[in-house]
Amino acid sequence: MKYFILIIIVFVSLTVLSVKVTLGDDDHEHHRYSVFERQPGVAPVKNHLYEQECSSCHFAYPPGLLPAQSWQAIMTGLDDHFGENAELAETDRSAIQGYLLGNSADKSELRRSQKIMRSVTESAVPLRITELPYFKREHHEIPARLVKDNPEVGSFSQCDRCHQEAKNGYFSENKISIPGYGRWDD
Amino acid sequence: MKTLIILALIYAITYLPASYAGAVDQLLNEYAASKTAAFDADQGKILWTKTYTNNEQSQARSCATCHTENLGALGKHAKTRKPIEPLAPSVNAERLTDVKTINKWLLRNCKWTMGRECTAEEKGHLLTFIQSQ
Repeated sequence: MKYFILIIIVFVSLTVLSVKVTLGDDDHEHHRYSVFERQPGVAPVKNHLYEQECSSCHFAYPPGLLPAQSWQAIMTGLDDHFGENAELAETDRSAIQGYLLGNSADKSELRRSQKIMRSVTESAVPLRITELPYFKREHHEIPARLVKDNPEVGSFSQCDRCHQEAKNGYFSENKISIPGYGRWDD
Repeated sequence: MKTLIILALIYAITYLPASYAGAVDQLLNEYAASKTAAFDADQGKILWTKTYTNNEQSQARSCATCHTENLGALGKHAKTRKPIEPLAPSVNAERLTDVKTINKWLLRNCKWTMGRECTAEEKGHLLTFIQSQ
């Protein structure tokens, strides 16, 4: 019984400590190690139809990466989707739009969604994630040879080429591995 | 009860596979309503590699731009570079099984490639060609 209580005390203190470390962690201080993974920066995609329809051509961007007005604009112009035709049957289109608007950055409590919202003005309708001031700030140090001129990446639109855990909503520096280059450390 | 189960099984065996294999047949019948001659895989093959340049970038585009000329191989999205699973039903059994999916991609990809929707005749030839792969 004594041992049991001791084990519980040790476990609880470890948990508290690790939460402290995690909360104190920042993008630029990723060397500290935590046994407990902190919550994702944006909510991962949780909609089968969206994933199925949109990821046949590109990475299924989590809805928390853009404000509602952006998704609204994107979903009403699918016949010219950045130069591609991405038309959908109306029932699918409106279902996907509903999912995106219901989970857009402005509706999320998560860290990166909030930072994205703080970086755009209320009237702005950014159509590309790569145009977001927050996105630009986070990526301005990356040389072209690692992304645009890197045959294994090609463009900043391909989040998951370098952000290995993008699918799960994690974009932290310690989860970056640039193809043909390796870890990114600034 | 037994009879019911047996009847249900017979129904399932008779009709379910037919509904899967029937996606292309159903569409070909629809297209054929506006046409007299039979659809031809060779005509479809010619369409497959025919290039069009009437797009904003003035780049030559064909079906093969993304899907390649070998329908049994992996393709690659011209813009996003995302791999495209093989289109040949002989290699990829999921292909050509769903009318809605076929219609969606024929609409999008005809517009992307040719700058307009395909005619029923073109779609008939193309589907016949893809089905033969």
